Amino acid sequence: MSVLVFLDQADGHIKKSSFEAASYAAKVAELTGTTAEAIVLGIVNDDLATLGNYGIKTVHTVAEAALNNMDAQVFTNILSQAVENTSADVIVFSNNTTAKAIAPRLSVKLKAGLVSGAVALPDTSNGFTVKKTVFSGKAFAHIAVSTAKKIIALNPNSYTIVPASGSAAIAPFAATIGTAKVEVVSVNKVTGEVPLSEADIVVSGGRGLKGPENWGLVTELADLLGAATACSRPVADIHWRPHHEHVGQTGLAIAPNLYIAIGISGAIQHLAGVNRSKVIVVINKDPEAPFFKAADYGIVGDAFEVMPKIIDAVKKLKGVA
Amino acid sequence: MKILVCISKTPDTTAKIAFADNNTKFASDGVQWIINPYDEWYALVRAIELKEADPSTVLHLVNVGAADSDPIIRKALALGGDEAIRVNTENADSFYIASQIAAIAKEGSYDLVFTGKETIDYNGSSIGGMVAELLDLPYISHAVKFTVEGGNAVVVREIEGGEETDKAAFPLVVSCQKGMAEQRIPNMKGIMGARTKPLRVVEPAAADSLTSIASFELPPAKAGVKLVSAETPEELVRLLHEEAKAF
Ligand SMILES: Cc1cc2nc3c(=O)[nH]c(=O)nc-3n(C[C@H](O)[C@H](O)[C@H](O)COP(=O)(O)OP(=O)(O)OC[C@H]3O[C@@H](n4cnc5c(N)ncnc54)[C@H](O)[C@@H]3O)c2cc1C
Ligand SMILES: Nc1ncnc2c1ncn2[C@@H]1O[C@H](COP(=O)(O)O)[C@@H](O)[C@H]1O
Repeated sequence: MSVLVFLDQADGHIKKSSFEAASYAAKVAELTGTTAEAIVLGIVNDDLATLGNYGIKTVHTVAEAALNNMDAQVFTNILSQAVENTSADVIVFSNNTTAKAIAPRLSVKLKAGLVSGAVALPDTSNGFTVKKTVFSGKAFAHIAVSTAKKIIALNPNSYTIVPASGSAAIAPFAATIGTAKVEVVSVNKVTGEVPLSEADIVVSGGRGLKGPENWGLVTELADLLGAATACSRPVADIHWRPHHEHVGQTGLAIAPNLYIAIGISGAIQHLAGVNRSKVIVVINKDPEAPFFKAADYGIVGDAFEVMPKIIDAVKKLKGVA
Repeated sequence: MKILVCISKTPDTTAKIAFADNNTKFASDGVQWIINPYDEWYALVRAIELKEADPSTVLHLVNVGAADSDPIIRKALALGGDEAIRVNTENADSFYIASQIAAIAKEGSYDLVFTGKETIDYNGSSIGGMVAELLDLPYISHAVKFTVEGGNAVVVREIEGGEETDKAAFPLVVSCQKGMAEQRIPNMKGIMGARTKPLRVVEPAAADSLTSIASFELPPAKAGVKLVSAETPEELVRLLHEEAKAF
């Protein structure tokens, strides 16, 4: 028995959300009286022994350059070999686009019940149930998994990392890799920006900002806070901002620690993507804007007057001239 | 080319989310049902565009559901497609649904299966990948662009932190999201035509369920907003720093 966590990597570095998944996996292992192990595919430059700090005992590696791009079929085949090799009965992913491509395939291959979008540790008091988001963040469901093997895809920012100490053993894993049926023609990554799905703080703008020329109010605050930027759907639709910034029911669903919404009305479809944020701040000139009902802090005021003062106050706080 | 588009039925995006029977069932009274937006706006419309570009294309829709799915299936047919298949069952486990879709896809020897990125009620993002694994086919998820070039599928998909362009031979399974196509409104001709298009109802294939929904829960209500005067925005920054400890 063991709990196996899949570590997602990009450009040789383990993704932040994978450390959260690793810590979660360690806790699941503790709850089920077993150990947590990890697997990472492709060439990684990080010191993998430090995964011990998240409670991982062994990191299995398949250091092949061919695995730097994710192919769902190839990855699924390797993971199923790793599951056998580690006798894992719980497999944990961070619920990102990589996991969404692999976890369902692995679920079929292993006949393992899959809970995607998990937000809490499994409840093992009576069987095995896992809480997940449903209705695009408007509710939760407790999913009972009836199979011997279980797969959990944990939503980013839903589990607080528990520090552990120790050094993980590194174990190269001789997997049969197979050939991809999908050819990767080109990859185009946005570098430098904080990825929205993993960001601790998100600053977001809506139609109230009047036009793309005013987005400095959003990006300046975001830069000061090390935050990612987001926007409402109409803003992406009219091309004021790129599509990947669109959050909501039909865009990305996020759960940062802090979500700052500027000039966004708070329509139900927008709230669906952001209402799991821990702290919501709303700046809107209309006191009747529905967003205030979902907010923790707010200012009823004109963004063009309020934002420069907020930016100044943050600069002062951060000691930036 | 033969295309199969998977269509699911979801509550309207503005539907009030509440639960009945001791929080074990979605309270569907008075709820307006729609085609899951990803299935309608992106998967179905892109498939219709492919058929418009090559009229020899055969376009079928599949829904796994009970008779109350028929209205949304007719609406989908009003947008386009030659016929629809409904697998008559109430069962809602992802693996079970995927098994039904895979059985239909196999029987009909489709070259291309389109699903939406996810359902807006269950948020599984899993059925497309499961169908692909059941059929041992490539699966390209989160597609934002789909074209056919030299007999191959060329797909741009979202990856972590960017986009990737992929090329694969048919048959394959693709999950669709924003970018694939633009939303369409059915016209009168489509609505009239949909009435006479075949809607074949078939009984489910034998399959397992791997999971079940034990109960639902609503998020706790917010304590209420703390308002700061527009005259003193710096007070908001102080509260976020000292009280909320948000930065
Ligand atoms: C099926 C469906 C799915 C949808 N999915 C999404 C989704 O995923 N994400 C999403 O965001 N939307 C979605 N929508 C759209 C949603 O219903 C709203 O139309 C949209 O969120 C509104 O965007 P907005 O708040 O930026 O613009 P508006 O509704 O125009 O609101 C602008 C706000 O800015 C305020 N404002 C104006 N000037 C100022 C100023 N100077 N200072 C401060 N405040 C100001 C106004 O008071 C107003 O509240 C969806 C709709 C449908 C039907
Ligand atoms: N009951 C169903 N019938 C047909 N297709 C479905 C059904 N449920 C889900 N799908 C398809 O699978 C996709 C992903 O669903 P899910 O895995 O539940 O998020 C949806 O966008 C649909 O295209």
